[in-house]
Amino acid sequence: MSKAMLYDSTLCIGCKACESGCAERWGLPYNDKIAAEETISAHKLTAVETHGERYSRRLCMNCQQPACASVCPVGALQKTALGPVVYDADKCMGCRYCMQACPFQVPSYEWDKRLPKMRKCDMCSERQIQGKPTACAEACPVGATVCGERDELLAEARKRIAEKPGGYFNKIYGVREVGGTSVFYLSAVPFEQIGLRTNVPMEGLPETTWRVLELVPDIVSTGTVLLGGIWWITNRRAEVAKAEVVKKEGRRR
Amino acid sequence: MKLQFPKITIWRAIFAGIMLSGLYATYLRVMYGLGGSTNLSDKFPWGLWIGFDVMCGVGLAAGGFTLVAMVHIFNIKAYKPVLRPAILTAFLGYVLVTVGLLFDLGRPDRLWHPLVMWNPHSVMFEVAWCVTLYSTVLFLEFLPMVFEKFGLHKPLEWIHKISVPLMILGVLLSTLHQSSLGTLFLIVPQKLYALWYTPILPLLFWVSAIAVGLAMTIFESWHSSRAFGRALELPLLASMGRVLAVVLSVYLWIRFLDMSHRHVFGLLGLNRTETWLFGLEIALMAIPAVLLFQAKVRMRPGALYACAVMVVFGFITNRMNVGITGLEAGSGTHYIPKWSEVAVTLSIVAAGFAIFHFVAQNFPVFEAAVHEPAHAKLQQTEEDPVAV
Repeated sequence: MSKAMLYDSTLCIGCKACESGCAERWGLPYNDKIAAEETISAHKLTAVETHGERYSRRLCMNCQQPACASVCPVGALQKTALGPVVYDADKCMGCRYCMQACPFQVPSYEWDKRLPKMRKCDMCSERQIQGKPTACAEACPVGATVCGERDELLAEARKRIAEKPGGYFNKIYGVREVGGTSVFYLSAVPFEQIGLRTNVPMEGLPETTWRVLELVPDIVSTGTVLLGGIWWITNRRAEVAKAEVVKKEGRRR
Repeated sequence: MKLQFPKITIWRAIFAGIMLSGLYATYLRVMYGLGGSTNLSDKFPWGLWIGFDVMCGVGLAAGGFTLVAMVHIFNIKAYKPVLRPAILTAFLGYVLVTVGLLFDLGRPDRLWHPLVMWNPHSVMFEVAWCVTLYSTVLFLEFLPMVFEKFGLHKPLEWIHKISVPLMILGVLLSTLHQSSLGTLFLIVPQKLYALWYTPILPLLFWVSAIAVGLAMTIFESWHSSRAFGRALELPLLASMGRVLAVVLSVYLWIRFLDMSHRHVFGLLGLNRTETWLFGLEIALMAIPAVLLFQAKVRMRPGALYACAVMVVFGFITNRMNVGITGLEAGSGTHYIPKWSEVAVTLSIVAAGFAIFHFVAQNFPVFEAAVHEPAHAKLQQTEEDPVAV
């Protein structure tokens, strides 16, 4: 069973308790100045955004088919069975392909460090193993962010929309987006109005590159035979041509 | 022998200036990290060092595999005189790409990680392996020049024994990673501008690499004939120009078909930076394609050279569009390289020219033609050795 989070922006009061809970869990500094930043970065792995009178939270979506994990050349990023996409800083060589590939532009980099790491939310993976909710869900005073089993949260989200049809935009963000994510969003208005990306593909991104990569064995085997064959033919042709010249000259004498 | 101070010329002064600025930029990169030496950001994680140093560097070195395939696999011996310079360019190119990567990687000390920590689903993993193996192949293809220089006959024989499988391997590895540099960007369908994003990006990258490989061979033959006072192998280069025209036409035709299937011609009506950059890129490929189909143009060294230069710049524009400018709108940000990024890039290019010059002067790079049997010299007119 995989874990997930549900963020209901209609309940969020913008108190930013999730931000401070997150900072505490990561051991990152948190103060008024950092609280005022509305973007995620290497020192702030979740951020509450203000969109008019509505709020929205940014954090890693911990996708079901994460592009970041598929592109990482050293396998530093892994999707765990429990749900979180975890990062092994000891493997990372800093190519930043994960940042380029992420459809939500989530991974951040420690640009100013001499030995930098990538940083992103990992759904408090160690707390998930212990059966505890994420630090942000635990910190939320109004239950706008809750943590639980993916299926159950999906059912819960559907129930909320059904019970209060006028109060919600009739969709759950994260069900189909990039093949499904571990973070679901509920909103009173269309998702782009609370800063969510609605132009992302509705299927998993790793497939886009795998379609080509899986051809590599075919290209290698066919290519070897083809090139070897062409070499053999052209080489043989040259040999025959040479032999014929020698023969002709022999006859002349 | 008296040690002589090299004469100061304008080119040497420019070279020294570039290298000094590169040195200072290197200091910034080491001491203050990527933040202190680049304009990269979380929203725009790849810049000039990937877009130019790596993507263009690998492509501009494509003459190595193109010429090896033509001379040794398709057995078109007439092109042999330009094979060695092409191999040298390729070998240098890959070494310099690695240098560029050392600047760009957040942890350059872990450059070797992909070789031991596998992720076969990653395009970057495949590129890392191919580039490593191909650099080794290029090194082995370059070695005969060193062995000849020092008269080492035994190792020369050994290398000759493995040369055919080695060359086939080289062509295969090049095909794989030249195309894979395009595959890298298939993961960003929502980010890369629709004029460039296409599922056949790998095919386009491969065909354009072949084109620029030929263009670079013409380019460097022209330059080395001036630098070393050699006669230009004009008939040979002219025939190569014709092959180039065909490859360019194939490339442009594939792109046209692809665009019409994706219904993106409407985008050309928009007054956006992308439209103009796209136009520039296509013009720099289409104009030389048309010109090179005319024998009059091909047989004039200056015109032939100008066409090759256009193709090189068209290629660079294409790679920078895919790797940098085409991603800006989708990333919601603007990126202009910091001076230090430009300084490092220029230093790498300048070092490439200087090392090429040094090796060409001291090793048998161009003399190979002399050992050729007489029949190769018979073709003084543009007798095309390739049945196009």
